[in-house]
Amino acid sequence: MAHSGRRDSPELPDFSLLKRLARDQLIYLLEQQHEVDKLYKVEYKPIISTSDQVCFLIRPRIQTVKWIYVANADKAAGKFRRYKIIFTPQKFYACEAVLEEQGLFGDVTTDEWAFYLLPLDDDIISLELPEFFRDNFLAGDQRWVRTVGSALHLLHSIYGPFSKIYGIGRCAKMAYESWKEQVEEGDTKARQAEIGNAFLIDRDVDYITPLCSQVVYEGLVDDIFRIKCGCVEFGHDVTSSDKSVKVMLNSQDKVFSEIRNEHFSNVFSFLSQKARNLQTAYDKRRGMDIKQMKTFVSEELKGLKQEHRLLSLHIGACESIMKKKTKQDFQELLKTEHSLLEGFEIRECISFIEEHINRQVSMIESLRLLCLLSITENGLLPKDFRALKAQYLQSYGVDHLLTFANLRQLGLLVEQQPGETLTVMESKVGKLVNDKTAGKLTDAFSSLAKKSHFRALSRKLNLVPKSDEEYDLRVPRDMAYIFSGAYIPLSCKLIEQVLERDSWTGLEEVTKLLNGHEFAFTDLRAKSDAQRIILVMFLGGCTFSEISALRFLGRERGYKFIVVTTAITNSSRLIEALLGNKV
Amino acid sequence: MAFITANWNPLGEAFYRKTDLYEMSWNLQDGLRDSLVAAAPYGGPIAFLREPHRCSPSSRPLLEIYSSSGVQITSFPWKSGPVVQLGWTVSDELLCVQKDGTVLIYDLFGSFKRHFSLGQEVVQTQVLEAKVFHSPYGTGVAIVTGSYRFTLATNIDDLKLRRLPEVPGLHGKPSSWVVLTQDRQTKVLLSNGPELYILDNTSCTAVCPPGVSPLSGSIVHMSVSFSYKYLALFTDTGHLWLGPSHLQDELIKVDTKKMTTPKQMVWCRRPQSQQPSVVLLWDRLLLVAGVCRDTVQFPIEEPCVLVGELDGVRIISSTNQELLQEVPLVCQEIFKIASMAPGALLLEAHREYEKCSQKADEYLREIKEQSMLGESVRQCVEAAAHEYDTNTQKSLLRAASFGKCFLTDYSPDQFVSTCRELRVLNAVREAGVGLPLTHTQFKQMTLQVLIDRLVYRRLYPLAIEICRYLKIPDYQGVSRVLKHWASCKVQQKDLSDEAIARAVCVKVGDSPGVSYSHIAAKAYECGRPELAIKLLDFEARSGEQVPLLLKMKRSQLALSKAVESGDTDLVYTVVSYLKSEMNRGDFFMTLRNQPVALSLYRQFCKLQEQETLKDLYNQDDDHQELANYYVTASYREKQRLESRLSLLQSAVDEYNKAKNEFAAKATEDEMRLLRFQRKLDDEKGAGLLGLSLQATMEALLALGLHKQAEQLYRDFRVPDKRYWWLKLKSLAEKEEWEELEKFSKSKKSPIGYLAFVEVCIKCNNKYEAKKYVSKVTPEQKVKAHLAVSDLEGAADAAIERRNESEMVVVLSRCPASDRLLIERLNRARATAAKK
Repeated sequence: MAHSGRRDSPELPDFSLLKRLARDQLIYLLEQQHEVDKLYKVEYKPIISTSDQVCFLIRPRIQTVKWIYVANADKAAGKFRRYKIIFTPQKFYACEAVLEEQGLFGDVTTDEWAFYLLPLDDDIISLELPEFFRDNFLAGDQRWVRTVGSALHLLHSIYGPFSKIYGIGRCAKMAYESWKEQVEEGDTKARQAEIGNAFLIDRDVDYITPLCSQVVYEGLVDDIFRIKCGCVEFGHDVTSSDKSVKVMLNSQDKVFSEIRNEHFSNVFSFLSQKARNLQTAYDKRRGMDIKQMKTFVSEELKGLKQEHRLLSLHIGACESIMKKKTKQDFQELLKTEHSLLEGFEIRECISFIEEHINRQVSMIESLRLLCLLSITENGLLPKDFRALKAQYLQSYGVDHLLTFANLRQLGLLVEQQPGETLTVMESKVGKLVNDKTAGKLTDAFSSLAKKSHFRALSRKLNLVPKSDEEYDLRVPRDMAYIFSGAYIPLSCKLIEQVLERDSWTGLEEVTKLLNGHEFAFTDLRAKSDAQRIILVMFLGGCTFSEISALRFLGRERGYKFIVVTTAITNSSRLIEALLGNKV
Repeated sequence: MAFITANWNPLGEAFYRKTDLYEMSWNLQDGLRDSLVAAAPYGGPIAFLREPHRCSPSSRPLLEIYSSSGVQITSFPWKSGPVVQLGWTVSDELLCVQKDGTVLIYDLFGSFKRHFSLGQEVVQTQVLEAKVFHSPYGTGVAIVTGSYRFTLATNIDDLKLRRLPEVPGLHGKPSSWVVLTQDRQTKVLLSNGPELYILDNTSCTAVCPPGVSPLSGSIVHMSVSFSYKYLALFTDTGHLWLGPSHLQDELIKVDTKKMTTPKQMVWCRRPQSQQPSVVLLWDRLLLVAGVCRDTVQFPIEEPCVLVGELDGVRIISSTNQELLQEVPLVCQEIFKIASMAPGALLLEAHREYEKCSQKADEYLREIKEQSMLGESVRQCVEAAAHEYDTNTQKSLLRAASFGKCFLTDYSPDQFVSTCRELRVLNAVREAGVGLPLTHTQFKQMTLQVLIDRLVYRRLYPLAIEICRYLKIPDYQGVSRVLKHWASCKVQQKDLSDEAIARAVCVKVGDSPGVSYSHIAAKAYECGRPELAIKLLDFEARSGEQVPLLLKMKRSQLALSKAVESGDTDLVYTVVSYLKSEMNRGDFFMTLRNQPVALSLYRQFCKLQEQETLKDLYNQDDDHQELANYYVTASYREKQRLESRLSLLQSAVDEYNKAKNEFAAKATEDEMRLLRFQRKLDDEKGAGLLGLSLQATMEALLALGLHKQAEQLYRDFRVPDKRYWWLKLKSLAEKEEWEELEKFSKSKKSPIGYLAFVEVCIKCNNKYEAKKYVSKVTPEQKVKAHLAVSDLEGAADAAIERRNESEMVVVLSRCPASDRLLIERLNRARATAAKK
C-alpha cells in the first residue's frame, strides 16, 4: 500500500479464541459424544457407509432435512441404522415437523451445536448464512434474526461491552432488540472492552454497492473465481498446470494482504515490482560464503520460496482476470455503470443493456444492470420496463417472470408510476407551494415509501465525485477509489457520517430517504478506551469492496473496523438468491 | 447446675433426658384412644382419624390435621372408604391408605390432590396392614393384603407397584413386619411366629440372625432405626434383640420381663452415638433399653404416641409433647456434675465474671494452662446448639463470647452461624409455628427444606424473614417463597381478579426468578382464565406467555405474543397448533392478520405443501402470487405438455385478474412457443421443448431450419437487432459465407456492419470480414479497418475524419518499422490539432 495510515490506530482484538472455541466444541461433539470416525458431505443420495450409525451435521434448512429422507431408503432396504442430526446453530421446529411428516421422527435423534461465528480473517467474521438474505428480505421470514442476536451476544460477551450502538434498517433493529433481551437474561461481568462501538446495517439500505462490478483485487477475485469461506480455488488457467490449487486468502498471505485492497489497475505493476525484489533477494546468494549461505537457507529461503509460490499464483490470477476483463466490453460495461451512477446518457445505457440482453452475454449480468438502472433512476419508464423485460424473457425463458416478481417485491426492478417521475413531482411541488398547503407536501413525499431515492441521496451525501477532475487511483483520496473513483459506497459513507457526528443528528433527511428505522443506543456504564475499534455488522451480506472501503476509512481516520456479516456477497450471489426458478 | 441434670437418666455410659416441647393446644375429647394417628418426623404435622372403621353415612369419622404444637390446621369429615393407615410424605402431604387399596393424597390444608390404587387384586382381598416409609427415593407405601401377599411402591410420585413373592407357610397375618432399605433395594422383613423372612423383588429368604434362636419365642414386634441401620426384635417371651439391620451381627439381648406386646417400639439414637437404644411403649409404661442391658423406665399416665426422629423420640400425649433423647456428648461434658471439661470451666468462669468475682480469672487460668480455651469456646457453642431452653442457650453463648475475648485468632464463623441458626430454630419452635426441630435435624434437613416446609404451611412472612435474615440469594430464597405465595393467592376465591392481580404485582414486582406465567398457569388451573390473562400481562418475556395462552385456547393472543417475542420457532409452534385446531378458513384468516406468521408458514408450504399455498393465495385474492404459483407449478410438469399448458392458462387468467397484462402476454407467448416447439419436435425431432425463444431460434438456425426461425421472428415480434445478431453468429459459425453475404444484403443491417466484421474475424475469416468494411458507418470505419488489421485503411479513415483520438489509437497499433505511416499520421495529427 502506498501509505501506511495513522500510527495511533488501535490494535484489533484476537479472534482466534472464537476459532478455537468452535473447533473444540465440534471435536467434542463429534468425537466424544458421537464417536464419529469419518466425515462426508451431505448430499441427496444414499449414504454409502458400513457403519451402523450415521450422524448428520447440517444447517436447519428444510431442504437439507429432506435429504435425510435417504434414511427411509435404508429402512426399505431392511437396514437399520441409528441416525443423529446435529443442527447448527440451532434446530427449528419446522425441520422437526418435516422429519415427523416423513415418519422419521422416531428413528432420528437431534442435537444442536451453537456455532455462530467463523472468523475469516483478522477483521472479517462471517455467520456463513447466505440464505439470510433471501429468507429475511424476500420471504419475510425472520427466523435468523434471533441467530444474529445470539451471535452479537457472543461477541459482546467476549469482546464487549459496547458503549455505543448505531443501526439502520428494520432487521438491524430487530436483531438489536433480540440481543438486548439476551443481555438482560444473562449476567454481565465487567470486563475490559476490546470493541467499543457497533454499527448494524441492513443490506436493503444499500443495494447499489453490491450490484456494482468490483474492481478492487479481492472483490474482483471473488467476482471471477468465487471465494468460499476465505478460500479460493484457482483453476488450471491460473496455475498454468493441469491441477487446480486451493488457496486461503487472508492476511497470512503476505503478497495478497498487500494487494487485496488495491484498485486492479495498480496490482499488476505492484506484482512485477515484487517479482523484481524477489529476484534480487534470490540473487543475494551469489557471492555468499558458506556461512552466509547457511543462514540464508535456514532463515530466508523458506520465506522466499513461499512468497515466490504465492506471487506466481497471484500473477496467474491477474493474467486470467486481465484476459477476461480487459476486453472492450468490460470497459464499456464499467462506463455504463458509471453513467448510471452519475445519471447521464441514460438512453445510451438503456440501449447498451438492451444489446447486452440481446446478445445473451450473461443472464446474471443483464439482470444486475437492469436492477442498477431501476434503482438509480427510481424505476423504469413503463415503455422501457416492458420492452426490456420482454427482451429478457425471450433470451432466458418465461420462468424469469417469477424472478421479476421477486425483484419487484424488493424494489430492485420497478416501473415508474405515471406521474411520479421526478420532474412531474417537482411541478407538483411547485403547485402545492403556491397553494400554500405545504403540509401535504411531506405527505406526498412519504407516500413514496419503498422507492429508491438514489439521486437525492447521492446529492446529499456527495456519493458521486465530480467527474471532471482526474482521479489518481494510486493515491486514493476517498473511498470512491474502490469503484475507480466513480462512486462512494452508500453503506460505508453512512457509517463514516454517523461516526463523524457521533449520532444520527444532521442526517435526518438522509434517513428519511432510506425509510428510517435508524437507532442509536449509548451504554453509559461501558466507558472504554476501545472507542476506535468499531464492529460493523451487515445483515444480508457485504462485499469485499465494502470491506476494502472500510479499511481505507479506518486508515484515514485511525479507526479499526471489524466486519461481521451474515455472508460475503457479490452481485452474482445477490441476484442468484433472487432467481425465481430456484425452488 | 443441678436443675439441668435433674431430668437426666443414666443408661450405661449415656444419659437420657426428656425435654418438654409443648403443652398441646388442642382439645381432644377422647384423648388418643381409638384413632389412627400419623405424625411426620422432623417436627411435622399430626393427622388424626377418629374411629377409622366407622363408616355409616350418618356419623362420618373426622379427619383432623394439627401442627406439632397442637394447633389445628384443618378438619373435615371423612367421606371415603375405611382407612387402614395414615402417613405423611416428605413434602408434607397426607397419605390415606384405604382398605380397598386406594391411596388418597391430601395437602396440609385438607384439600384433595390425587389418588392412586395399589392394584386391582387388592380391591378383592383388601388391605390388612399398611406402612408408609421414607427412603432416598421419596415416600413409599407397603401393604399386606388379605391373601397375605406384600405389595410395595418405593416412590409414590413415580408409581411402580411391585408385588413381592409369596412367603411359604404364611397362612395368616404376619406377626410383625418392617420395610428395610438396603443396598439401594427396598425389602420387607417379616416374622411368622419365630421365623424371620426377607422378601425382595424376586425371592423370599428365611434368615436367622445370630442370637435369635427359634426357641426364644415368636417375634411379635420389630422396629428399624431412622437410618435403616439397626433392627430391634421383640419376642413374646419378653426378650428384646438388637442388631444391625443386615442381620449378620448381634448387639445385645435384653430381657424386659414384659410378656405383653408393646404398643410401639421406636429406635432412639443420636447420629454418631455408639449406644443405640430402643424405646418401647406399653399402656402404662415407657421403657428405654440400651446396649448396656440396663433399662430406664418412665411411668405413663395417659395414652401416647411415639414419633421416631433422627436424634430422639417425640412422645405425644393428649396434653403435652416431650422429646426423649440421648444427651449429646458435649452437653454431658459441660453439665455433668463436677465436670472439669474446658467448656464446663468456661461456663463457670463466665458465671463468676457476671458476679464480679475474681474466681473467674482462676477458672480462665485453669483452662489456659491446659491451652484449651479454643476447645472450651467450641464446646459452649456446640452445646448451645443442642439445648432447647433459650436461657441455657443464652448462658452458653455468653460464656462462649466471653471466652472468645481471650483468644486472638479464633474464627468467629461457628459462633455467628450458630447464633443465626438458633434464632431461626427458636422462631420455628414457637407454638404458633410448631416445628420442634433440633439443631441436628435442622442440619440434616437443610435450610432449603425448612423454608419449603414453612411455605407448605403458608407461613410466608416468616419464610421471607428467615430468607432475608440468613441472606439467601433472592433466586433461591425470597423469590421462591413469593412464587408459592402468589400461586396460593390466586386460589383465593373470595377476592376479585382485579384485586388479586394487583396484590400479586405489588408483592412480586420484578423479583428475579419469579415467573408470572407460572403463576398464571396456576390461576388457570383453578378455573380463573381472566385472572390468568391479567397476570400474563406482567410477564416480561412474551415467549413465556405463549404455552399457557395456547392451553387456554387464546390462540390469537398466543400468536401475537409469539410474534412479539421474535422467536420464530415459537411462532411456528403456534401456527402448527392453530393448523390442527382450527378449520382452514379461520386458520387462514388468523394468519392474515399476522404477516410474520404468514410468511413463515408460506415458506414452509413452498417446500412442503404446495397445495396449501394455493389455498392461501386464493383466500387472500392474491392473483399475482397465484399466477406465479401456477407458473412455478407448470415448470414442475416437465413431462405432460397438456397439463403444463393448462397450468399456464390458469396463470394467464390470474395475471389478467391481477391486471398484470405484461405477464399475461408473456405467459400466452410461452404457451404459443410451447405448442410450436411441440409441433416441430414431432415433425423433425428437434428437441426444442422448454427452450427459451432465443435458444429455440438458435437451435432452428443450427439445424438449418431458416424458414421456421423466420416464422418465430415474425410471430413473436423479435426485435430486428436480436434476430440479426443471432443469424449473423449462426451463419458465421456454420461458415455459410455466401448465405451470410446474401443476408447482409437483404436489407440495411439494424446492428450496423462493424458487427459483421467482428464476427467474421472471430471465426478467423479475414477475407469475408474485409467484404463488410466498406459498408461500415464512417464513425466505426477506423475500428473496422483495425479489426481486419488494415493499418493503411485505418489511417486513411482516421485522417479523413480528422479525428485526433482515433489517430492516436491507430498510431499505437503501428509497428515501429512502418515509418512512413507513422509520419503521415503524425502530420495529420498536427494539422488536426491546429484547427
